[in-house]
Amino acid sequence: MIAEHLPVLQILIPLIAAPICVLLRSRHLVFPFATLVSWMTCAVSVVLLQRIMMGESISYELGGWPSLWGIEYRLDPLSGFVLLVISAVASLVLPFGRELLLREVPTEKHYLFYSAFLLCMTGLLGITITGDFFNVFVFLEISSLSAYVLIAMGKDRRALTAAYRYLIMGTIGSTFILIGIGLVYMMTGTLNMAELTERLHRQVEVQDRIITVIESRTVLAAFAFLTVGISIKLALFPLHVWLPNAYTYAPSMVSAFLAATATKVSFYLLLRVIFTIFGVQFAFHDMSLNQVLMILGLMAVFVGSAVAVYQENVKGLLAYSSVAQIGYLVLAVSFATGNDEGSVLGLSAGIVHLFNHAMIKGSLFLTMGCVMWRVGSTDLKDMKGLAKSMPWTMAAFVIGGLNLIGVPLTSGFISKWYLILAALEKGMIPVAAAALLSSLIAVMYVWRVVEVVYSSSPADETVGSKQQEAPWSMLVPMWIMIGASLIFGTLSRFPMEVARRAAEVLLQTGS
Amino acid sequence: MMLLGLYNYWIAIVLMMTGFYTVISRGNLIKKLIGLNIFQVSVFLLYISMGKVEDGTAPIVLTGSSQGQELRSESPSPGLSAAPIGQPKENLSAGAEPTDTNEIRPRGNPENLSVTTPSSQRYSNPLPHVLILTAIVVGVATTSVGLALIVRIKEAYGTIEDEEILQEDAQS
Amino acid sequence: MDLQYVILISIGLPVLGSLCIAQLGKWPNVRDSALVITAAVLCGTISILVPTVIAGNQPEINVVPWALSGDAESGLVARIPLGFKVEPLGMLFAIVASVLWLITSIYAIGYMRGHHEKNQTRFFVFFSLAITGALGVAFARNVFTLFVFYEFLTLSTYPLVTHHGDEKARRAGRTYLGILIGTSVLLLLLGIVWTWQLAGTLEFTQGGILHTANELENKPWLVGVLLALYCFGTGKAALMPFHRWLPGAMVAPTPVSALLHAVAVVKAGVFTVLKVIIYIFGTEFLRETDASVWLMYVAGATLITASLIAMSKDNLKERLAYSTISQLSYIVLGASLANSAGVLGGGMHIAMHAVGKITLFFCAGAIMVASHKTKVSQLNGLGKVMPVTMAAFTVGAFSVIGVPPMGGAWSKWFLALGTLKAGQEPLLAALMISSLLNIAYLMPIPVRAFFLKEESPKIDADDDSDGISSVNEAPLLCVVPLCVTASGCLILFFLADAVQQFLEPIGK
Repeated sequence: MIAEHLPVLQILIPLIAAPICVLLRSRHLVFPFATLVSWMTCAVSVVLLQRIMMGESISYELGGWPSLWGIEYRLDPLSGFVLLVISAVASLVLPFGRELLLREVPTEKHYLFYSAFLLCMTGLLGITITGDFFNVFVFLEISSLSAYVLIAMGKDRRALTAAYRYLIMGTIGSTFILIGIGLVYMMTGTLNMAELTERLHRQVEVQDRIITVIESRTVLAAFAFLTVGISIKLALFPLHVWLPNAYTYAPSMVSAFLAATATKVSFYLLLRVIFTIFGVQFAFHDMSLNQVLMILGLMAVFVGSAVAVYQENVKGLLAYSSVAQIGYLVLAVSFATGNDEGSVLGLSAGIVHLFNHAMIKGSLFLTMGCVMWRVGSTDLKDMKGLAKSMPWTMAAFVIGGLNLIGVPLTSGFISKWYLILAALEKGMIPVAAAALLSSLIAVMYVWRVVEVVYSSSPADETVGSKQQEAPWSMLVPMWIMIGASLIFGTLSRFPMEVARRAAEVLLQTGS
Repeated sequence: MMLLGLYNYWIAIVLMMTGFYTVISRGNLIKKLIGLNIFQVSVFLLYISMGKVEDGTAPIVLTGSSQGQELRSESPSPGLSAAPIGQPKENLSAGAEPTDTNEIRPRGNPENLSVTTPSSQRYSNPLPHVLILTAIVVGVATTSVGLALIVRIKEAYGTIEDEEILQEDAQS
Repeated sequence: MDLQYVILISIGLPVLGSLCIAQLGKWPNVRDSALVITAAVLCGTISILVPTVIAGNQPEINVVPWALSGDAESGLVARIPLGFKVEPLGMLFAIVASVLWLITSIYAIGYMRGHHEKNQTRFFVFFSLAITGALGVAFARNVFTLFVFYEFLTLSTYPLVTHHGDEKARRAGRTYLGILIGTSVLLLLLGIVWTWQLAGTLEFTQGGILHTANELENKPWLVGVLLALYCFGTGKAALMPFHRWLPGAMVAPTPVSALLHAVAVVKAGVFTVLKVIIYIFGTEFLRETDASVWLMYVAGATLITASLIAMSKDNLKERLAYSTISQLSYIVLGASLANSAGVLGGGMHIAMHAVGKITLFFCAGAIMVASHKTKVSQLNGLGKVMPVTMAAFTVGAFSVIGVPPMGGAWSKWFLALGTLKAGQEPLLAALMISSLLNIAYLMPIPVRAFFLKEESPKIDADDDSDGISSVNEAPLLCVVPLCVTASGCLILFFLADAVQQFLEPIGK
């Protein structure tokens, strides 16, 4: 019986757990409870993904209402994959954060923190799993609001202004999405995404002309609003301005969680809108969105990496690096213009990079969490010679950096390989060269940190003197994540298969 | 005719742009938040106005009347493509044609109805209202989070002006 | 036991060794013995593979059958194994690398102690890891595996280059990493992915894999572009203009220079070029398309330019560095000639140059340990107090110049033969001129040492070397290795026939 209701349990478990956290008050109870909840959620998403990969197509009608009247939850390989990413990251970040939270957030607020965290997770999971377009907006706002709250809990007062700015920009983005949803609803009469696809492509006769709904000006406007709104949430250049400060000043485990999930889910939403709802023909051939995405993606890659080189705070560096990586995601999508091999490759590259980057950036922010725990700051000048006293943490950072550069045997390399392959298959050699060139900029900013950290002259005496590595509870989740990036860099069968399947499904529907 | 007939959209757009402009141009954090609210309200108006059907009444079925049975054959007006309550979806293809691209008439154009029963009652579409209720709640939540943040910022910085906050950060 | 596993053991052994070394830091003697034992055992395991390769077999093993893949059937996302296959050229490189590593280890122990270097444990850990990289490159069965270990080699030698930790070392490290990773990511990776897209496989195959590619038909210039991506992408081969990392890396301790120049890094570079030309492009395909003619001339230009620069360098290690750049281009030239003599000469020169150059570097290091002298101009009269060292230097110099009865003579002979066969007389002239230049920059050193009198002690203000009278011969652990390698130069002259027969299959 549980098996039937797994899709809704995926949302319900964290959703109900959140207010329970508020009731539980004591942080000694809340932490194990929240961690347990996240592990259960992860287990559910694993089971769901397994079922999807075995060919089952899962559709769940909420409350028993038939899908056109009620809200339907739909799962295909892509959503299953993203669900796994979100819940896996959450289940690693929560145990990691226990010690760290003591130093960053006042203890009397911990129960509120965990509650907001679970709500954020619920929201992100909900966006991924739902098949109803308005439901997407609702869950988007749930996750965004809790994200604003989480970010504002950072120690530094700039966390407040960062959260406020994110609030303003994020709400504008969500409202644009809402407008888009409304306009599309106006023209088709349904909010169910599967049904939308069909109705958008219907031919209608209006005043003795036959047009397809999708060609109407309203739908064009809707498409524009949706794309811009999602781009704000995705932090696609040049709408990325909220991201650096938000990730820098948030509590470390929040940065890790958001960096690994929030933008990925927005990317998922972009894929849904482009491929499932509107279809490749409209989005890429009629509206030439792929060209826009390619240009913006390349610019994001270069600008993000270049600015990262000059950052003094390592979390800021990682944030700008995220902007660049989002550029790669979008670039990969822009290759997927049809049914040919290059398109499938490009889209798979994007999807697998979604997975890989979540692992990489998540673990890099976790290393900064360890540094924050030990040193109290993540400014580069306070980290001199830190490798001597925190060898495991810094080794994890180096591996994460190698992922960003794209050294073989890391998952970052896998993403890069397929991106380049897709570019070559499409005949876009300059794009391939540009993507590779930007990896070189990554070498610069990664190595800048490595040099400082491994130099032999610590800034202050206590830093280099004794072995004060981060505690086990922090090292283990971090190394699980970074180890996963190495494992999936060598044995990349699992992520590539899922990504490939997801890409094929996406490109078949709608085109 | 077309321009005047679309006045609900004009209002929505004007409000939207006013709100947006306020967000961007004002340095005071509260004013930004107010602008955001105006922006959101414009969207609410857009949704609600699209739900209204000309001659449509509140979407409540009066029990015992003959109208309840005759609902089944009613088709909705154009621009209002969601089926009214009780309408199976198959009828949509028969009746609910979206309007011509240049003339979107949310309030219904009687000539375009293909199947009407004289005694049938038209109802406004309740779905947009429901959606907007949710959106209003979301808006309230956003505003409250925003205001709470502003209170904290005032405590931390002593000011709620954008430029002054930037100056404070640059100095520290 | 199954020979497959011997391959794995050879590659895994140095890693194991480095782990042991890391733990044994507190007991330097135990640690250093661990290093030597590892190296010796490695030579043993490598030599087990030799007879079967001579017999014509190519033992192979797949470590990860589907390293990059998903489904085998879905289009371009097919299987690329991470695996190893031993063939003659790779075997030669492996033998050279492992034997010289053993000798360098002994030398390094002596040098690091004699020079009172810090952080020796860290040094030896990465020292061992570097050999894994070199062996991985040697035994790679496809370009992807080669690329993996190529990058691994760069990363594991970086801490060696920046060992001193001062600003100069860091700057050198940045150049090292910048050029090597820059070229490999930007050019080599692009070339590899493109090859995959063209040929559908990355396996090293006799005769190459590109001649079947449809997109390359009637477009010989594309082949040239692809070749350029590979050759310039292999920064370790130090083709100009990507050569600057090599002189910069000379700030490292001399055993590192020896390792870099003779054992691992540059040899991995030119080995890659050779292997790619023979087994990916195929010598016949290259000859048909004339795609490597430009490479001959680039190599020729590097040959001569580097020799000229070498002549102008007073710092001994820098002079030797530019000499290496020049000698590497000999090998690249041999590969680009795309005929059996050229390829044979190139392969042989890997071995000959390795032994000769390592002798020269050992001597340079010994001179530094014993007398703190780093410049050629300071070496006058040194032969009186360090006769063994300088004699070994002379032997090494002869080998590099190509004078019989040293091994280098044979490889140069084959290279010259290759240029004639390919009809490239100007390149023959370049080879001749270069040999003359070799004499010009190498011979002054023994001449100064043996035949000139010591000049006034303080030549310039920052010369803190010792006066000749106070200098003794270098410590034993330094002198013995350099004698061994010097005699190696001599022995190789007589073994050249065996080497030629060994390498015969690759030329076909």
